[in-house]
Amino acid sequence: MNQLRNRTRVLILLIAVLLLGAVGTGAVLHAADRTARRDQAQPGAPAVDSGDVSLQKPTSGRQLVFRNMAWGPHRDELTAVPADRPDGPRTASGVHCLRFHAAGGTGICLQAEHGALDDTYRAVVLDDHLKEKRSFPVAGIPTRSRVSPSGHLAAWTVFVSGDSYAGTNFSTRTSVVDVRDWNLRDNLESFDIVKDGRPYQAHDVNIWGVTFADDNTFYATLATAGRTHLVRGDLASRTLTTLHDNVECPSLSPDGTRVAYKKRVPGLPDDAPWRLYVLDLATMTETPTAEQRDIDDQAVWTDNGALLYALPGDYGADLWTVPADGGGAARRVTGAAVAPAYVG
Amino acid sequence: MYVADSRRSKAPVAPATAPGHGPASPCQEADGGHGGRAALRAAVPGAVVALGAVSLVTDISSEMVSAVLPLYLLTGLGLSPLGFGLLDGLQNGFSALVRLAGGHLADRRGGDGAARHKAVAAVGYGLSALCKPLLLFAHTVPLIGAVIAVDRTGKGLRTAPRDAMISLATEPEHRGRAFGVHRAMDTAGALLGPLTAFLVLRLAGGPLLADGGERHGYDAVFTVSACIAALGVLVLLLFVPSRLGGDATSTSAPSLRDGLSLLRLPGLRRLTLCAVLLGLTTVSDSFLYLLVQRRLGLATDLFPLLPLGTAAAFLLLAVPLGALADRIGRRRLFTAGHAVLLLAYGLLLSPLHGLPATVCVLVLHGAFYAATDGVLAAAAADAVPAEQRGAGLALVGTGQALARFACSLLFGALWSAVGGTTALAWSAGALALCVLGAAAVLREPAREVSS
Repeated sequence: MNQLRNRTRVLILLIAVLLLGAVGTGAVLHAADRTARRDQAQPGAPAVDSGDVSLQKPTSGRQLVFRNMAWGPHRDELTAVPADRPDGPRTASGVHCLRFHAAGGTGICLQAEHGALDDTYRAVVLDDHLKEKRSFPVAGIPTRSRVSPSGHLAAWTVFVSGDSYAGTNFSTRTSVVDVRDWNLRDNLESFDIVKDGRPYQAHDVNIWGVTFADDNTFYATLATAGRTHLVRGDLASRTLTTLHDNVECPSLSPDGTRVAYKKRVPGLPDDAPWRLYVLDLATMTETPTAEQRDIDDQAVWTDNGALLYALPGDYGADLWTVPADGGGAARRVTGAAVAPAYVG
Repeated sequence: MYVADSRRSKAPVAPATAPGHGPASPCQEADGGHGGRAALRAAVPGAVVALGAVSLVTDISSEMVSAVLPLYLLTGLGLSPLGFGLLDGLQNGFSALVRLAGGHLADRRGGDGAARHKAVAAVGYGLSALCKPLLLFAHTVPLIGAVIAVDRTGKGLRTAPRDAMISLATEPEHRGRAFGVHRAMDTAGALLGPLTAFLVLRLAGGPLLADGGERHGYDAVFTVSACIAALGVLVLLLFVPSRLGGDATSTSAPSLRDGLSLLRLPGLRRLTLCAVLLGLTTVSDSFLYLLVQRRLGLATDLFPLLPLGTAAAFLLLAVPLGALADRIGRRRLFTAGHAVLLLAYGLLLSPLHGLPATVCVLVLHGAFYAATDGVLAAAAADAVPAEQRGAGLALVGTGQALARFACSLLFGALWSAVGGTTALAWSAGALALCVLGAAAVLREPAREVSS
C-alpha cells in the first residue's frame, strides 16, 4: 500500500470512517430504539396501575411486593399483588429499586442513580410507606438485600470491582445497618472468622447474601481459597463461624430450622453450576429441591413449606416456586418480576 | 561490540534527514550539536505518529470492551465473577510469551528481503479487531474466555514489532521522546475508551445496569468497538511504512538461535536482568490502588478513579520524560523512574492521609510509568542490532511482564501472610536494593549502538 499517493490514502481513510461511523451509529440507534420500546406495555403482560403500596400488615391477606420488570411506564418500580393472586393486577408504588426486601415494616431498596457518564448506587432504608428514612452510598453493583424479621436490621451486598487480589477480579462487600440507631457495619470482612473451629485470616475473604435469624444472629456466604461456606454471624461479638461447605446465598426458613441455598453441584457446566438445596441446621442433611434448573438467586420462603425465587424470563426474570421438602414440582408464580418479599 | 556513542557517530538516519534536505531548525535542541540538525519532524517521525494513532484508536476500542466486560458478565449474562481474575492473570502471562514469538517472526525476512514488522503487527491488530464482533455471538464463559484469549494473542503478537518499528523509524538520539509520544497517544486512547463505552451505553438508552438479560446496549458497545478497531488496522495499513530506517541493509535473516544468543549482548543482558529484578519488586497496580484506598483513607466510591489519576499523569509526563531520557540517558532515567516508585511506596507507608497524599502517590505512580515504560523500549533498542530489534525488544518486555506477574502472586501471598502494609514495606526494601543494584549495573559509559 506504500505505492498509494497520500491523497488516495486519506480518501480511503475518509470513506472508511464514514462507512464504519454509519455502522456504529446504526448499532447505537437500533439499541436505543429497542430500549425505547421498554416504555410501552406489551400485550399479554399483567396490568400495572399506580397506587399505594404499604409495608404494614394488610387488613386482609398477605401481599407480595417485588420489582416489576414488565415493559411499560412502571418498569423497575416496586409493585404489590395479593399473595394469593400473584399473577393478578399490580399496584405500582413509583419507587425504583434494583434489589429489594422487606420485613417488620422496614424496606431495603438498592437503587442506581444515573449520572452523566457513570451510574452510582445507594442503599435506601424505607419506612412502611416506602418513604426514604436514610440512604448509604455503596461502592458497586447491588446484588443481595435482606431485612431482619423485626425490621430492625437491614443488610446489603454489592459487587466491588478492583477491590481485589489479581487483575480485574471482582469482590463483594456486605454491610449491615441497625435502623434504630443507624449503627453501620460497613464491611463484614472485618469480623473475626472462626473456620473449622480455628481463627482464620486470609486476603481473599468475600462475604455475601446475609439472612437474619433475629436482631443479632444471621447467616451468610463466606468465600475463601476458591470454596464457599455457610457461616453463622454474631453482630455483638463481631464473629463469623463456618458451619457447612458449598453454600451460597442462604435463606433461613421462618421457623429458623432450615436454610435454602444455591449449591455448586459437581459435573454441571461452569456457567450454570447451581441447584437449589435445603439444609436442615439440626442434622446438617441436604435435600435437593425438585427445581432442576440453574438458580442464581437468594430464595424467599413463602411459608415454612415452599420457596420463591427468580429465573431468567422474557422480560428479565420470572418468579417460580417449589416445595422445600424435595417433593412436588417447580411452578411459575408470575412473569416479569424479581426481588420478592412477603408483607404481612 | 561497542560502537561509538551515537551522539558522536553518524547513526543510521532515515532518508528524510539526508544532507541538504531542508534548513536546520532555528530552535536548536538543548543537547545541541548534531542532534539539532534533524528537524522536528525527524525527532518524531511520521511513522511514529502513525503508530501512535494506531495505538490510540486501538486502545479506545479495547478499553471500551474492558470497561464494560465486568458489568456485562455480571449483569448482562448473570454470571458469577469467581475465577475471572485468575483467568485474566493467566492470559496476561500467555500474552507475554506470545510477544516473544511476535518479536522473532517480525525480524524474519519477507520475499523482498525486508523485515516483516508491519505484517506481524497487522496480524496482531487484525486478530484483536476480529474479536470485537465475535463478542456479539459469544454468550457463555468458555466462549468469552476463548475470544479474550485470541484478543490477548493479538496484543502479544503486535507489541514487539510495533516498538521495533518505532525505534527503527527514529534517530537514536530521539528515541526516548519518540517512545514518549507513542505512549502518550496510547494512554490517551486508554482514557478515552471507557468514556466512549459509557457514552454509547447511555446513548443506547438503557441504564448501565441492564440486568435481566438485556444485552442490546452491550451489543452497541461491541459493534462500535469493532468499527474503531477496524479503523486502527486501516490506519496501520495505510500510513505506517513497510520499510524503516536501518532495516533494509541487512542480508541474513535471524534464526531462532540468533534470538537466544541475543542475551550474549552484554548491554541487553544487563538491561533484561535489571528489568526482571525491578519488575519483581514492582507491586501491581490493583494492589497499589487497594493500598492507596486503605492506607490513605480514601472513600471507596472514588476507587474507580485511581487508575485514571495514574493514566493522566502518565499521559502528561510521557513526552517530557522521554525527552529527558534522550538527554541524561535512558538507563539512568529507567532506574530513576523506579526510585520515583520507591517514593510513592514511602508516601504510602508514611502516616500521611487524605486527598493531597493520594494525588501525590498517583502523580508519582504515573511519573514512574512515564519514566520507565517507553524508556525501557528505547534503552533496549540501543542495545540490539536493527535486524533483531523485534526479538530483542520482546525479550526485555517479556522478562519484565513475567517478573511483574510473579510479583503479583508473591505479593498476594505475602499480603495474606503478614498484611498489606508489611508486604509493602518489604517490597519497598527490595525495590530500594534493586534500584541501587540497577544504578550500579546500568551506568552509561558509552551507549552501544549497532548499525
